[in-house]
Amino acid sequence: MSIDMAQFHQVFFEESFEGLEAMESGLLNLDMGDVDDEEINTIFRAAHSIKGGSGTFGFTAVSDFTHVMETLLDEMRDGRRQITQPAVDVLLGSVDCLKEMLTAIQDEQDIDEGQVSEYQKALETELNGGEQSSVAEQPVAEVVADETVTALDVGAGWKISFSPHAHMLKTGNDPVRMFRELSELGELKSTIDFQGVPDFYDLDPENCHLSWSLELLGEVNEDEINEIFDWVEDECDLAIQSLSRSDESSEQVQTEPEEATDKSDTVAQPKEESSPANTEKTADKVEKQATAKAKKDTKPAAKGSSSIRVDTGKIDILINMVGELVITQSMLSLVGENFELNNLDQLKNGLSQLERHTRELQESVMNIRMLPISFVFSRFPRLVHDLSTKLDKKIELVMVGENTEVDKTVVELLSDPLVHLVRNSLDHGIEMPADRVAAGKPEMGTITLEAYHRGGQIVIEVKDDGKGLNKDVLRQKAIEKGLIDEDTVLTDKQTYELIFMAGFSTAAELSDISGRGVGMDVVRRNIQSLGGNIEIISELGKGSTIAIHLPLTLAILDGQSIAVGDERFIIPLGSIVESINIKKEMINRVAGKGETFRLRDEYLPIVRMHEIFDVKTAKATKLTDGLVVVVDGQGMRCGLFIDDLLGQQQVVIKSLEANYRKVEGVSGATILGDGSVALILDIPGLVRLSNQ
Amino acid sequence: MAEQVENNETEQYDEQKKLENQVQFLSFTLGDEEYGVDILSVQEIRSWEPVSRIPNVPSYEKGVVNLRGAIVPIVDLRERFGLGHLAYSPLTVVVVLQIESQEGQNRTMGVVVDSVSDVIDVEKKTIQSAPNFGTKVSTEFINGLASVNERMVMLLDVEKLLKLDGLDDENES
Repeated sequence: MSIDMAQFHQVFFEESFEGLEAMESGLLNLDMGDVDDEEINTIFRAAHSIKGGSGTFGFTAVSDFTHVMETLLDEMRDGRRQITQPAVDVLLGSVDCLKEMLTAIQDEQDIDEGQVSEYQKALETELNGGEQSSVAEQPVAEVVADETVTALDVGAGWKISFSPHAHMLKTGNDPVRMFRELSELGELKSTIDFQGVPDFYDLDPENCHLSWSLELLGEVNEDEINEIFDWVEDECDLAIQSLSRSDESSEQVQTEPEEATDKSDTVAQPKEESSPANTEKTADKVEKQATAKAKKDTKPAAKGSSSIRVDTGKIDILINMVGELVITQSMLSLVGENFELNNLDQLKNGLSQLERHTRELQESVMNIRMLPISFVFSRFPRLVHDLSTKLDKKIELVMVGENTEVDKTVVELLSDPLVHLVRNSLDHGIEMPADRVAAGKPEMGTITLEAYHRGGQIVIEVKDDGKGLNKDVLRQKAIEKGLIDEDTVLTDKQTYELIFMAGFSTAAELSDISGRGVGMDVVRRNIQSLGGNIEIISELGKGSTIAIHLPLTLAILDGQSIAVGDERFIIPLGSIVESINIKKEMINRVAGKGETFRLRDEYLPIVRMHEIFDVKTAKATKLTDGLVVVVDGQGMRCGLFIDDLLGQQQVVIKSLEANYRKVEGVSGATILGDGSVALILDIPGLVRLSNQ
Repeated sequence: MAEQVENNETEQYDEQKKLENQVQFLSFTLGDEEYGVDILSVQEIRSWEPVSRIPNVPSYEKGVVNLRGAIVPIVDLRERFGLGHLAYSPLTVVVVLQIESQEGQNRTMGVVVDSVSDVIDVEKKTIQSAPNFGTKVSTEFINGLASVNERMVMLLDVEKLLKLDGLDDENES
């Protein structure tokens, strides 16, 4: 009858890691001068629940360690201890240590005892070192706590034996509710007696077969208890006794539950043996154990991607939607059963409902995969805090748009590249305080992390107000390393992009923080593998900005389907600015060849889709006959000349490269409602094509 | 008895040996010529259905179709081998080929052929190496020649056939 605790471990680890994150950000936010009580409370609560959880699961090393932290935090919370920077640093270190301990346990590896005891010692010295008075105070506080506990133990209370009649549940009375009310009156201990439960095959789930013996501790009026049981008086056997203040009773309580569980165990045992399904059951059990073991074995590999925490609100919406879908489905099958032509309207109605619900359902399922970018950003305050101390630089981190939501896969794959970029900004970008002052800049450097949506993409910017990239140095370096020839002519943009080349590092001195020259090319590769791109804007002496553009989600896209001749293409909706019919006077020819048109005050190149995609069936060959869709591809615009706009729909992106290869101007393919394939246009690629 | 068992064993052994030495090919025709592909690389045989054209590719790359959710390119082998175009009819056959690429992923491609004729057993020993016709492209896809009932069957190298990179080079040159 024992519960396999291992099944809860994963949840515990997740919660603990979340708690640790909360502690970390809380500690970093602590303002030495003016401490927010709520902040300390948050940190304390996180530590407390980790301690509790690890105790429950028998991870004593963790709970012992956390206990020391908790004690320290408790004193801070009560204002008995000044919050000092060294103390916070020790706590931060301990958070790291705790994280490592938990990871070790999760991976079923040994905990690094040396490190743990080191931090434990540091914590203890902090505890004892701070103020002598607190050392003296502490044991006293513990004794007081002990006393109150014991006082409660022997405090007056009631022993209630409650055995409901079998039909009690049918009258709408729920023991759980009654117990909840009881527990509001005082501390409630309950023991369940399973003896009345019949064999599984005889079990009537609507009957109540359990009986309870309860102990309610505290000064409670008997009338209050009677009131709770008032409704079920005739449907149960109830005995309420006053508890004596002797130790005997509490001892009895201690032994009783054991007996009860023993009994239930023995009751269950022979039953199992006598039942014909016995062998099956044990086989089942063995199998379960085996799978549990297998799960355990594979766990380290699957770490990190195994689960996702979802807002219950999102799930509720999903359930609602599924309900609607079921209703529509039953309505449709009703219409289909005896179909007559005059039911056509009903059918159409149902189909349009079905379409709407499917779309909504799809949206909310995709929504579940969306996580706020703060999952990635949250680690940076700590990183900046640690590194700036190490480098003796003064740096402030500003984060904007942390609630921007991105697909989970993107979030996971984004974190390493971002860490690298922030480290680079810290190490190479921001100057030493003295240099900054000399350059007429504030002593405190600023690194800004910003995330926002633009078009169908999410843009993440890492901005610093440091020294910026020196084009001449970059160029010189690249020539030295043999990456470019001496006489190569590069634009500013191309020069900046040199830092993405493998084997390029500008730092005069290599540090362990960054600058091994392996990073930036990997960063760019990672971003490109996600279907995004990365660009650098920099101004010497003013700072640099690295912007990452990424698709919001990797699977589904809002598309506008268009017609060119009898072929269908999809334009990502996010990149469409507007669609217009152009008039003759808007068209200009550049050098007799390239065509542009004037849109308000801007001249945009025209890309004739039927020409660059060689569509022979195109209906409109004169610019004034068709439509021009103005698209925006990473800041550059152009007009796509097409025959017609067809409709908007969500499309599932399928890879063209899996079985084929990359096609210029096409980013992927999708399958339309009629089963045919339509190509998804690569707008940035087309814009580039048009500018060539 | 003992002899019989032995006999059986040798028979089985022979059978096995025979299988080891034999390869099965699916043969199909393109005009007057007969070609074969390793039957293990054939995923299915379908009839021709309209494709979605891919822009700016050689004309023998007909386009892509939706094969149960996967986007699969269709190549006209006739045009690929320079045998001229034949109008597609409902009887035109598409052989869907599949191989495992180096990255461990399957690549699938459909080839348009005139008609599928037979499954043939070919002894490995009897496969002749492909004659070198000089620079003509099509020979590079031919693994060897086999003769079945006095007919010559050209055995195609599916891996090379599915690798469309070779075609890129050609485009560039």
